[in-house]
Amino acid sequence: MRYAETGFQLEIDLSRGNIERVETDPRLTELHLGGLGTNARLLWDRVPPEIDPLSPDNVLIFSAGLLCGTQATGANRTIVSAISPQTRLMAFSMMGGFFAPELKYAGYDKIVLRGRTPELAYLFIHDGRVEIRDARHLAGKGALETAECLKRELKDPNVQVAAIGLAGEHRVYFASIEHARSSASRAGLGAVMGSKNLKAIAVRGTRDVAVARPAEFMELCREVLRYIQWRRDNPVKGVPAILAGIGSPQEMAIHDEEWHTTNFAWGNARHRRKDFWTQENEERWRRSQEQAVERLISCYNCPMKCGAIVRYPALGVSKYMMKCYSKLTYVMGAMLDDLDFGFRIAGRAQEYGVDAYTTPQVMAFAMELLEAGILTPADVAGMPEDREEKFFWLLDRIVRREGIGEVLADGVYWAARRIGRGAEAFDHNTIKKHEQIPIKLGMLNPIYFIMYATGEKINITQIEGQMPQMPFETRQEREEFVRDWIQVPHERFKDYFLNWEPRGERAFPHYPPPEATCEIVEWQEMMHYLDDSLGLCAGLSSFPIKPPYHIHNLPPLVSAATGIDFDEDSLWKAANRNRTLVRAVNNRLGLRRKDEKPPEDHWKKRFPELEARLLETYYRYKGWNAEGVPTRDTLARLDLDDVAEDLLRRGILREEAPAAAEA
Amino acid sequence: MNADRPKKKKIVKTIQIDLDKCNGCRACEMACSTFHARPRYASNNPARSRVRVLFDPLRDLYVPVYAGDYAPAECCGRDRYTIEGKTYDECGFCRASCPSRDLFKEPDSGLPLKCDMCQEDPELKEPMCVQWCITDALTYVEREEEVEEENAAQPEELETGLEALADKFGLEKIAEAVARLAAARKG
Repeated sequence: MRYAETGFQLEIDLSRGNIERVETDPRLTELHLGGLGTNARLLWDRVPPEIDPLSPDNVLIFSAGLLCGTQATGANRTIVSAISPQTRLMAFSMMGGFFAPELKYAGYDKIVLRGRTPELAYLFIHDGRVEIRDARHLAGKGALETAECLKRELKDPNVQVAAIGLAGEHRVYFASIEHARSSASRAGLGAVMGSKNLKAIAVRGTRDVAVARPAEFMELCREVLRYIQWRRDNPVKGVPAILAGIGSPQEMAIHDEEWHTTNFAWGNARHRRKDFWTQENEERWRRSQEQAVERLISCYNCPMKCGAIVRYPALGVSKYMMKCYSKLTYVMGAMLDDLDFGFRIAGRAQEYGVDAYTTPQVMAFAMELLEAGILTPADVAGMPEDREEKFFWLLDRIVRREGIGEVLADGVYWAARRIGRGAEAFDHNTIKKHEQIPIKLGMLNPIYFIMYATGEKINITQIEGQMPQMPFETRQEREEFVRDWIQVPHERFKDYFLNWEPRGERAFPHYPPPEATCEIVEWQEMMHYLDDSLGLCAGLSSFPIKPPYHIHNLPPLVSAATGIDFDEDSLWKAANRNRTLVRAVNNRLGLRRKDEKPPEDHWKKRFPELEARLLETYYRYKGWNAEGVPTRDTLARLDLDDVAEDLLRRGILREEAPAAAEA
Repeated sequence: MNADRPKKKKIVKTIQIDLDKCNGCRACEMACSTFHARPRYASNNPARSRVRVLFDPLRDLYVPVYAGDYAPAECCGRDRYTIEGKTYDECGFCRASCPSRDLFKEPDSGLPLKCDMCQEDPELKEPMCVQWCITDALTYVEREEEVEEENAAQPEELETGLEALADKFGLEKIAEAVARLAAARKG
C-alpha cells in the first residue's frame, strides 16, 4: 500500500500511441519525495543532453506533488518539467488550480510523455481509461476555450483540463500551459507540448488518495488551517501591504499598487517611475479594478483568494481568470498608464497561452529596437499607430510566428542574436537566456545576488521568500517582528535579522556576511524545493513572510501522510538532494559558473570582488566545485553516486583526491 | 384547531449557504469525504463527498449542494432558475441522488450517498464541511422550532391522504391494494 502518492505513473509514447501504467519505486519517494524531485530523476535518467528540446526525444512530465489530493490545504500544484527550448536547461514551471488532485484521484502521480503524435491530439484520462484522441477540431483555439470545448464534448464539468493556445502550437519559446486560473508559464513548456502535437490533457478521477496515519495527519492539517485563519487576520507589520499577507501577492483583492509601480522598472525593464502612484492614478486604477473583478477565486482546497474572474464587457473582453501579477506586466512593459489595457491584453494573451512575464518584455524590447533604428518600419509593416494597438499587433504576430513575430517568438536572448546589428545590447535583463523580473535597484543585495546568479528556476519570484526584503528601520521594530517568527530553521536567523541595519556597517552590501547569506539563501531555496516536491503552493509556504508551512511542521506532516519517517534533517536533505540533482541535470546540459550572473544593470552599485567571494562561498557551502558543479563527495553524500559517475565519464567532473571520498 | 395538541421543542440543524462567498475551492468536499472515510480520515475522494460544489467560474455559478434523498427515477421537470441575471442549470440546486447524474453515488458500488450532518457521538460542534469553509460560504445554524408531537401529527396526515384516495377510488379498492402490497412485501 502506498500512502499520499498513488504509486503509479502513466508512461505514454505519443509517436507509437503506446500507453502504460507503471508502478514506481517507493525508494524514490524516500529519496526525492515526488513532484519536482522525481521529475528531475526521470529527466536525468531518460533525457541525454544532446537532444533538441523541441524534438520527440524530449520528455514532458506533468506531475502531482506528493501531498496533492490529501487534506493538506493548498496541496494542489502540478509540476511540469522538460528541457526548455529557451534556456536549454531543465524547465520546471508549476501551476495551481485543480489538475494535480484530479490526476491523483484518477490513480496517477505523473504523466510522462515522449514522442510526437502524427496529428494534433489530446489526452483523455478517466480513472483506468486513457486515450489519445483526435484534436484537429481544436487547432488554433484559445487555451481556456479548449478547456470549455472539452468539458462540453466529454459532457463532464468536473474534467480538469491543461491546454496550450496558439503560442504553444507554434512553439513560441515562452508559450505557457494554461489550466483554469493557473498556468505553467516559464521557459516554454507550452512549446514542448506543442512540439508533441498535444493540444490538451483532460483528466477526471474518482478514486481514493490514502494517508498512512489518518488521525495524526488530520490534526496537523487542522493546525495549519487554524494558522492560515489567524495569519489572514493578522498581516505582518512593517512591510508594504502587498507583502503583508499570505497567498500569492493579493493583486486581485488589493488595488494599492504603489509598491510595484514605483519600485519595478517600466518598458524594457528600463524606467523607474517613482512618482507614478498619484492620487489621480490610484483613483483610476481602483475604478478599473472594481469594474473588472467579478469574484475572487481560489485553487483546490485553499481558502486564499489569489485569483479573480475578470469580466469587462465594456472592453469587449470575454471572461477569463487572472492571477496576481499579470495585471501589471503588460501595462508596465508597454509604458501605458491605463490598467484597463492590462485587463484587455492579458485576456487575449492568456487564450494564446504565453508567459505574462516574458511576453511584455519581448514586445518592449522590440519597441526599443524600432526606436533605435535596429528594426526598421519595413520589419513591422502594417503596425498600427496607436500604442495600445501596437502591442496587440505584436502579440498577434508572435503567437503565430508571423513576420517579425517569427524572430521575437524566440524570446529576447535568441531574437537579439538573430536580429544582430547591435540588438544584443538591448538584451540587458536576461539570465541564462530567460527574461527576468523588471527590477533595477541601487545597492547590491548579497542575498538576491546569490539567488539571481544560481537559482535553478532562473526566476527570482520562485526562489525568494521568508525574509523581509529590506531591513526594518529600528531595533524595536525588528524585535517586535522576530517575536512570533516560528518559521526560522534556527534561532540564529533571528539574529541575522535583528542585526541588519538600513545604513552603516551592518547594511548591504557587506551585511549579511557571505556565510550567513548562504544560510539564508539555502533556507529560502530549500522551502521552495520542498513545496515543488510536495505540491504545496508557495503562497502558503516558501514565498510569504511567516507562512503556515515551515521546516518544523512539514516533517511530521509528510511522515503522517506517507508513513515514511522524516525529521527536519532528513527532509532538508531530501530537498537538498533535489536541488543538487536539478543542478546536475543542468551541468550536464552545459551550465557553468560563467552563466551565473545577474544582469549587469540590475544594481547600480556593483562590487566584483565581493560578488566573486559570495559566489565562491555559496559553491563551497553547497559542496560544489569552482565551476558550480557538485563534487563527487557531495553527490555521494546525497546518494547520487550514479550521477557522479556520469559526470565523471563525461569529463564534467574530475576525479578528486581520495581523501575527499569518505562517504 | 390544533391549539390543544401537545408540542415539543426541536433543534433544526441547518447549513446556510452563501453563494456569493463561495470561492470554489472544494475544501468542503475534501472535509466531507475524509470524515466519512473508513478508517476515519484515512483517505480523500471528492467523488464520495456528500456535498459537491457545482460551479462554472466563467458563468459565475457557485452552488454547494448537499446530498439528499435517493430518487429511483429521474423527475420529469428539469428547471432552470434565473436569479439576478444568472441562469442556474437544470438540477443545479437539486439534492437527489438520482439516475440522471453521477452525483452523490459511491463510486465503487453506485449506492446513494446522503448528508448526515456528520452525526457523531460525541457531537461535532459543526459539520466538517462548515469547519473547513473558512471563507464562510457555509455556516452552521441551529434553529429551535416548536413542533407537534410526531405520533400526534402522523395519523392526521395519513387519514387526510387516505380520505382523498377513498374519495377517488372507493374504500374497497384501497383496502385491496393495501392487502396486495402487504402480501408482496412479505414475499
